[in-house]
Amino acid sequence: MTESIETPTPDGETLFGLEEMELNFGPQHPATHGVLRLKLKVDGERIIGCYPIIGYLHRGTEKLFELSPFFQNIPHTDRMDYVAAATNNLAYVGAVEKLLGLVVPPRARYIRTILSELQRLSSHLLWLATHAIDIGAMTPFFYTFRERELILDLFEEYCGARLTLNCMRPGGQPYDLPVGWTDRCRELVDLFPAAIEEYGGLLTENRIWKKRTIGVGVLTAEKALAYGVTGPMLRGSGIQWDLRKAMPYEAYDEVDFDVPVFHNCDTYDRYLVRMEEMRQSTRILDQCLKQLPEGPIMGKRPRVLKAPKDSEVYHGIEGPKGEIGFYIVGDGKQQPYRCRVRPPSFYNLQVLPDMVEGLLLADLVAVIGTTDIVLGEIDR
Amino acid sequence: MPQVLIDHLLMPVLKIGVVVGMVMGVITYLVLAERKILGFIQVRVGPNRVGPWGLLQPIADVAKLLVKEDVIPRRAVKWAFVLGPCLVVAPALVIFAVVPFGPPSTVTGGEQNWFITDINVGLLFVLAFATIGVYGIILGGWASNSKFSLLGGLRSAAQMISYEVPQGFTLVVPLLMAGTMSLNGIVMAQYEQQVWFAFKFLPLGLLAFFIYLVAGIAESNRNPFDLPEAESELVAGFHTEYSGMRFALFFLGEYANMIVISAVAVTLFLGGWLPPFPNVGWLSFLGLGLPPAIAGLFWFTFKLFCFLFVYIWFRGTFPRYRFDQLMELGWKWLIPLAFANVLLTGLVKILL
Amino acid sequence: MSDPEESKPDTTSPGEPEESPRPATGEGEAKAEAPIEASAGEGAAAEPVETPETAEEEAAQKAAAAAAAKAKAEAAAQAKAAAEAAKPPWERDPRVPEWQEAGDDPLAAAVAAQHGDGLLAARTFAGDLALDLAPGALREVAADLKHSHGYTLLVDICGAHYPDREEGDFEVVYHLYCFEQNRRVRLRVRTDEHGEVPSVVSVWEGANWPEREAWDMFGIRFADHPDLTRILMWEGFNGHPLRKEFPVEGVDTGAAIYPEYYEEEAGPVAGTGTGWKPTPPPEPEPSEPAPADEPQEAGSADPAP
Repeated sequence: MTESIETPTPDGETLFGLEEMELNFGPQHPATHGVLRLKLKVDGERIIGCYPIIGYLHRGTEKLFELSPFFQNIPHTDRMDYVAAATNNLAYVGAVEKLLGLVVPPRARYIRTILSELQRLSSHLLWLATHAIDIGAMTPFFYTFRERELILDLFEEYCGARLTLNCMRPGGQPYDLPVGWTDRCRELVDLFPAAIEEYGGLLTENRIWKKRTIGVGVLTAEKALAYGVTGPMLRGSGIQWDLRKAMPYEAYDEVDFDVPVFHNCDTYDRYLVRMEEMRQSTRILDQCLKQLPEGPIMGKRPRVLKAPKDSEVYHGIEGPKGEIGFYIVGDGKQQPYRCRVRPPSFYNLQVLPDMVEGLLLADLVAVIGTTDIVLGEIDR
Repeated sequence: MPQVLIDHLLMPVLKIGVVVGMVMGVITYLVLAERKILGFIQVRVGPNRVGPWGLLQPIADVAKLLVKEDVIPRRAVKWAFVLGPCLVVAPALVIFAVVPFGPPSTVTGGEQNWFITDINVGLLFVLAFATIGVYGIILGGWASNSKFSLLGGLRSAAQMISYEVPQGFTLVVPLLMAGTMSLNGIVMAQYEQQVWFAFKFLPLGLLAFFIYLVAGIAESNRNPFDLPEAESELVAGFHTEYSGMRFALFFLGEYANMIVISAVAVTLFLGGWLPPFPNVGWLSFLGLGLPPAIAGLFWFTFKLFCFLFVYIWFRGTFPRYRFDQLMELGWKWLIPLAFANVLLTGLVKILL
Repeated sequence: MSDPEESKPDTTSPGEPEESPRPATGEGEAKAEAPIEASAGEGAAAEPVETPETAEEEAAQKAAAAAAAKAKAEAAAQAKAAAEAAKPPWERDPRVPEWQEAGDDPLAAAVAAQHGDGLLAARTFAGDLALDLAPGALREVAADLKHSHGYTLLVDICGAHYPDREEGDFEVVYHLYCFEQNRRVRLRVRTDEHGEVPSVVSVWEGANWPEREAWDMFGIRFADHPDLTRILMWEGFNGHPLRKEFPVEGVDTGAAIYPEYYEEEAGPVAGTGTGWKPTPPPEPEPSEPAPADEPQEAGSADPAP
């Protein structure tokens, strides 16, 4: 562990001729959350170099966007960050609406807010489950999936799908809420704070959990900004920035919520940020359900969505993992000429080598967990 | 058949057969119990498809493992690869030779002792054989010719050797209390002194018991000290490359180690086959009115299962330690504590 | 219930011509809208009660004139505009955003003042400020924006391919964000296949991967990039998939990667299956490394036959 035996002699040779080992971590590894591959240089268990290799899940989504009309591209967005389909949908339809100047009626905006907050909860639950299991606590996994199941049931009832929702359209919502849906959502919102306390009871004050996460994977605010890190990771690094507050979209300016921020920049703080975000999401859901207006769910829009000639917009929203944005270039056709996704995980993963250098192999797993990556989005 | 053959050949062989069979049976059903208890902890059901309440699940598991293809990686070191799992299982089973499951003939007045043998250096025997298991893990990890296996083997070596020190120190405490190294003698000492050694010289006995508990969990590579096979870090650690029956042997070894460590803990600290509170007269009904041999066996097994439940409970509750933290816990806390404990116990023993 | 006048808050649309009728609204479009309006249901707040009054007053003033018909048409247009304005925003015709010159934007003015020729154009579209930059000035402008204007967060870098343009058929688009002003800005730089764009990794470390991606997907070169290798496609891949001429079905990449399995020109062809030959050649040389190390830049722009 210490460097004494590796300290080179004046001749430039180490005493025991130690050499570092190259370790291929992934792409098929239980803790790389999909198909992330890391080329590690390890000295014993200490990581002295890390080079991420991505692209194993590359499906050419951005190319596919250029083929289909604006409507038909929505399912592609589901499959990028496949645990947060609703927010992907929202970012995409938001960009298309901005491009075409569509206005969304209030009820649809509220439904979108509810759906994306539910999605944030479900994404954070999945993150908590896998993060905990990476650090060796297997029980929270089942507790979080118990509640996640309820959320997926709500999704299923709304749009028929549980994971790849395809639940938004440019200009509004495709369906109104089913009868009784709000009551069931209300039940979930009522039971959720207790559930969060239950997860927290397993982990927050757990000494081993704290030992494994406090001071591990420190990401300073400067680093986070330099690397374009967004979302809970940025807020865990002491920067209180949330697009829901900064550039409110949908109904977020009509609800009251706090943006959690913690200043220790480590894995534990990012854990606390996400836990607090779940509480705030519950608050938002609660207010949305109370304020949900009646009225139409689809605004006026042309029969055929055609992008204006020579047009381009960027629209970013706060996804569960950070800013997910779409940059769409239109050329007067029904298809986007170019559609670029700003994937939050891509930027958040980029900072991983900086965070893990000098840590142990076990910390690497904790740090991968805390970045909350989804390879479907990184590779697109 | 002459009596001498019966006494020195037939009965020991029978006993060995029964003990090994029982241990194997306990292991298979311990796996089921673990899955069921974990299921209970984790708001799910656990195995319930094979047989009623999943009771035949262990049999199905064993059958599956037996008939699975046994892969030996081409670049593995074959003899070491094959030897590794055996070196894990065999020592764990050998230790049962000295564990007293029930009272000796002097107490029951019967013909037979309820243990296979009684070595006068039983404690050393236990320590010696417990140490061999680590060779199996290191060999298996090294021979697999896989980096993850190697790291697992290295972790295991460091961990088991580190934790053997506090474990060894803390075993001195009951030894001092009993004045003998024979496991049977230690239980008999608790019988004669009418107190479990965990509760003697409070809090020294209790401290020794807890140190042994922690070190024992680390020795058997269980949560929260399951670093050698940390699934999320090292894929499966030292047994990454093993499959089929060889993997099953590692598995068997781990659970056999759990049982051994529990059995030794029960013997040394929790009075072995003694009923609870042997010194309290009105609690003598805890002898259950059964013949002392049967009651002893019952209490031994009961305590053993309580101990095993603690193992499973830990697994359902705790995250995993990190390697350096594990070492820190071992060297900075457990070893000084165990050492001080031995000194204090000796002091108290001299003074009293 | 929300304020119905409030449109999406982040689209800070440039002008606020709320009342003016849109010139684009022609009769044909109005007819096309009619069924949608009819089906809009009770949410339509506008009752055509008041507006005809004013229209008729105006018409009465001009009744004597011979241009009654023209006035009526005008009145109808006005009435329609008024009815449109009285409706909640989501029932009105969508207002398609347009490009607007933004030379007087303080940021654009500052950049123009400091970098002169570096700034080619400054326009807004749907409220987003876009600065067209000369490639040579990019890194200075980026550093300037970061250090003196507070655009500390690099939101995104992406490429785009415009093969129909006469020159500079590739574009690199940067999105920056400023926390203090809560505002995004877009920088655009044109280049071509052989040109280079200065890398901004020295300004934002996070530019590393997206620039690699732009190289991988479009073949845009970035000068002074520390590690300009492929990121999403594999090392040795032949071509740049997001270019417009790149076929969606894929191109022959096999021969370049598996020379021992494919004959020359015998790899998979676009849209015709894989072309994989199952039997390997009789004597594969074990010492020879299988993949070709060079990404074969020369043939990269080759579309499939």
